Amino acid sequence: MSEENRTPILEVTDLGIDFGGLTAVNNLDLTIYENETVGLIGPNGAGKTTVFNLLTKVYEPTRGEIWLCGENTHKMTTVQVNKAGIARTFQNIRLFMNLSVLDNVKTGMHNEHSYSVADAILRLPKYKKEEAEIDEKARELLKIFGLEDKAEYIAGSLPYGEQRRLEIARALATSPKLLLLDEPAAGMNPQETEELMDMIRKIRDQFHIAILLIEHDMKLVMGICERITVLNYGAMLATGTPEEIQANPQVIKAYLGE
Amino acid sequence: MKEKLAQMFQSKNRSRTLSFGLVIIAYIVLEVLLLTGNLSSLFTSLLVPVCCYIVAAIGLNLNVGISGELNLGQGGFMSVGAFVAVCVSGVLSYSIPSPIIRLIASILCGAIAAGVIGALIGIPVLKLQGDYLAIVTLAFGQIIKSIINNLYIGYDKNGFQMSFVENKLALAEGGKALLSGPMGATGTDRIATFTFGVILVLLSLLIVYNLMYSRNGRAIMAARDNRIAAESVGINVANTKMLAFVTSAMLAGAAGALYALNYATLAPSKFDFNLSILILVYVVLGGLGNMTGTIIATTVLVLLPELLRSLQDYRMLIYAIILIVIMLVTNNEFLKEKFSKLRLGKKGAMK
Ligand SMILES: Nc1ncnc2c1ncn2[C@@H]1O[C@H](COP(=O)(O)OP(=O)(O)OP(=O)(O)O)[C@@H](O)[C@H]1O
Ligand SMILES: [Mg+2]
Repeated sequence: MSEENRTPILEVTDLGIDFGGLTAVNNLDLTIYENETVGLIGPNGAGKTTVFNLLTKVYEPTRGEIWLCGENTHKMTTVQVNKAGIARTFQNIRLFMNLSVLDNVKTGMHNEHSYSVADAILRLPKYKKEEAEIDEKARELLKIFGLEDKAEYIAGSLPYGEQRRLEIARALATSPKLLLLDEPAAGMNPQETEELMDMIRKIRDQFHIAILLIEHDMKLVMGICERITVLNYGAMLATGTPEEIQANPQVIKAYLGE
Repeated sequence: MKEKLAQMFQSKNRSRTLSFGLVIIAYIVLEVLLLTGNLSSLFTSLLVPVCCYIVAAIGLNLNVGISGELNLGQGGFMSVGAFVAVCVSGVLSYSIPSPIIRLIASILCGAIAAGVIGALIGIPVLKLQGDYLAIVTLAFGQIIKSIINNLYIGYDKNGFQMSFVENKLALAEGGKALLSGPMGATGTDRIATFTFGVILVLLSLLIVYNLMYSRNGRAIMAARDNRIAAESVGINVANTKMLAFVTSAMLAGAAGALYALNYATLAPSKFDFNLSILILVYVVLGGLGNMTGTIIATTVLVLLPELLRSLQDYRMLIYAIILIVIMLVTNNEFLKEKFSKLRLGKKGAMK
């Protein structure tokens, strides 16, 4: 498929942010198309997580523009960005640790249903109908991530790898068009990483979403990304297919050090 | 697995069943004792107040335990509910002879008034992160006490009269003074009943539980557990905190209303900072987020000092010591582990 025919989900132009004197991200251009997996890599401190925080409006950009499905996000809050179609996971896992695994996923469907507080308190039919839908969808999502047996566990009691998967399930529950994954394989063993790769592919096709992936595990990145953007000291070092990136001397230098 | 599911299913419903069961059984036992004349007059006089404190504490637990925001002004919201209810009941006494309808109308008005004031406080404060709510509600409690302390309201055939600081009311024949400054409400019709108190407790349990197990309740708890993650899944944190805070204030307002209509006279100084702290103590001792615990802790802590009058002087001292112990325990990982096993309801069963 040629690029012109595809609709961009996300268009970022000249994005940048300064923290006091430190320029954490600078001159970033990034376009992500429907149903595409894009990798965002770079050495530690390169500014990858900061890009996620900019896209989701946790930070306000100092420069540049972010267009989401043709809509400029400069006036949006984090909540509105999620409603408009971006969901994410966090490098340092941020689950609702005291809620059950199932309830964690259900929180992701908060805006998808509309029953009111009165419906809930009076247990009216609308509440029952929508809660049944929420429950069904949440359990389906848990099944995809192999967590259906742990639905009633407290999220904080899950082992690390399962917490990471639960975070992805919760993000997916918000029905995003673009999913941002911040080092989803961190702390996983090779077998778990392998399974995660399959899962990511599967959800991308099943839910027809685009994925922007930060990851240090090169095998994973090269294995599932169609395009990769490399950051170094906040600036864009290279962008291209996995093969191009692997062969790029500047990228090799940045990773191996001078 | 199936067992785990069943177990959990029960545990969510169990805490609910336990709360309702406890209240209903206690009510039946007490009614029987009342009818057979086996309840001392001191004990009988405490029945309605205990219900009021329980309702206010359940509300506060929603705010502090479920929503995770510290509120040091629950007494202030009770005060608003109390004096609004006194006025409403006083005015309605001319037109509505039925005490039950007057009681319901007064309590509703008290709850709504407290809720409106809660919303006015919450709108600016809950947008901020940090312990601002604690500071502002603390100030609110003091301010509302001073205002009512200086407020004179009367009602006669020409309508309301109000004056501030000095009693300048000139009521026509047949009119009555509703609020008299530091003396507060005088000559109130005592229309509150124990049965209605229990109904109010059951209602507040119903409201809080049904809220907890809904999308709004999940959002409230999500915002408590992790604000940034909650926003990332599209939850408006300020709105969810507002819902918990206003509901809590409304329950306090209803509790205060019932309380006021249980006494012929009631001074504004009754609803002071100590009361707010006492209710917080009930909540903390009963367990954050644990409604059954709140009911038990409130009942025990209201009745104990009254029944052991000789300890009265040491009451605040004992509370302080218990609070300190609780703070130490809840911050100690080892003891926390031990205690979470003992705690009623959720956690243990879900591990
Ligand atoms: N809120 C902030 N205030 C000040 N500096 C910040 C802030 N957030 C990030 N930075 C700085 O921005 C730079 C990029 O950080 P970022 O977390 O985006 O790196 P990263 O590429 O995700 O690294 P890693 O691979 O270690 O996760 C770092 O130097 C960091 O210290
Ligand atoms: Mg990072």
